[in-house]
Amino acid sequence: MSERLVKILISSFPRILIPGIKVTIPLTLLSFIFGCILALFLALVQIANVKGLKQFARFYIWVFRGTPLIVQLFIIFYGLPSIGIILDAFPSAVIAFALNLGAYNAEIFRSAIQAVPAGQTEAAYMIGLNYPQTMFRIVMPQAFRIAFPPLFNSLIGLTKDTSLASSITVVELFTTAQQIAARNYEPFALYCEAAVIYLIICTVLTWIQNYFEKKLVWNTPTPVKGE
Amino acid sequence: MLEVKNIHKKFGSNEVLKGVDFKVEKGSVIAILGNSGSGKTTLLRCISFLEQADKGEITFDDFHKDITAVTKKEIRQLRMKMGFVFQGYNLFRNKTALENVLEGLTVARKISADEAKKTAMEMLEKVGMADRANFYPDQLSGGQQQRIAIARAIAYNPEVVLFDEPTSALDPRLTSEVLDVMKKLASEGTTMVVVTHEMDFAKKVANWVVYMEAGVIVEEAPSQEFFSHPKSEKTMAFLHMTTSDFVI
Repeated sequence: MSERLVKILISSFPRILIPGIKVTIPLTLLSFIFGCILALFLALVQIANVKGLKQFARFYIWVFRGTPLIVQLFIIFYGLPSIGIILDAFPSAVIAFALNLGAYNAEIFRSAIQAVPAGQTEAAYMIGLNYPQTMFRIVMPQAFRIAFPPLFNSLIGLTKDTSLASSITVVELFTTAQQIAARNYEPFALYCEAAVIYLIICTVLTWIQNYFEKKLVWNTPTPVKGE
Repeated sequence: MLEVKNIHKKFGSNEVLKGVDFKVEKGSVIAILGNSGSGKTTLLRCISFLEQADKGEITFDDFHKDITAVTKKEIRQLRMKMGFVFQGYNLFRNKTALENVLEGLTVARKISADEAKKTAMEMLEKVGMADRANFYPDQLSGGQQQRIAIARAIAYNPEVVLFDEPTSALDPRLTSEVLDVMKKLASEGTTMVVVTHEMDFAKKVANWVVYMEAGVIVEEAPSQEFFSHPKSEKTMAFLHMTTSDFVI
């Protein structure tokens, strides 16, 4: 490797990493949180069989899973202004990612809730719990355990998908790599460098997932005073 | 105390209960016997509203209504007076033994935390599981889980405890540890309805035996009489089949 290339790689590393930390990560986390709230709503109205809302949820999931993410981004950022709704690039990206993720994660939540054995619900009803108590105290904690690995899957997927925000002018990790590559004509090196930074972020996420997965197993006696 | 009349239940085209009358007196220990598919579990589940009966009436203390017209709120009130022990234990997997027993006290009945904990520990003591109070279900054997499930069902002092084949998933040794707990409850005067295949329990612990076949009650009688002088031929055939020794 030439000395020039090494220099470029070293000097560009923090320049790519910083927007990665300042833009990519907040973009990911905000989209993920809003997406999960939306997903939980879409899952619960289906499980609870709320008339109207259930059909809405199915329709919503159908539309947002059936259209490309980049098209959704373009509709929100470039399309909405023509009907008078003008949003900045960053909030546009958060909205598009959250709406899209909501559709996918709704299916994760729904299948996880349905995977909790019916006997758990029956036992809860028989000791006198009502529907919300049964859902929030018995079913959802167990469903969360089931949903945890696929949720992290979707978080890791989202981390990488946020690079699409570069196409609507959000200056995030990948946009920065593109800008630097355009200046020094080293696209191979810089895009590989961007890939490595995504890989680092996703590796950290994987560690976090493994750590919490171990914590989420109910098989260790809780400590007792005096023991 | 608790009575259902003319209970009908179909699953699709399969008629599982064909007009069952069933009555529970306070303090009685009733064993419901019958082959698989006779409808005994379905009867228990209709009484507890885990299945919606197609037709029939229910009376529980001063509550009386068409069983198909009971509202959700009323179902919850009726369940408050019942304990239910499942074949598969169904302990809450995300809660410790103690928390499993506490749930019905603190959450469903709003009993103060201190009082509830005292009661819950007494119940675990009674089923011999006090030393496992802080264990999760996944760390316990089937017999231990079922004993905790019994503690959970009796903790709020229900008027009747319904047992749905409580030992069918257990090996003989674990079965006997669960049956011992049930004997103890019976001797303390707990009102119990037990769907079971344990003939010994029906003979020695129950004071009333109900025999079901093909969705109807064929015969019912005080336990001793049931085993010594069965009246129906169907009952005789069942008793002969289930109690005769193996001949090799």
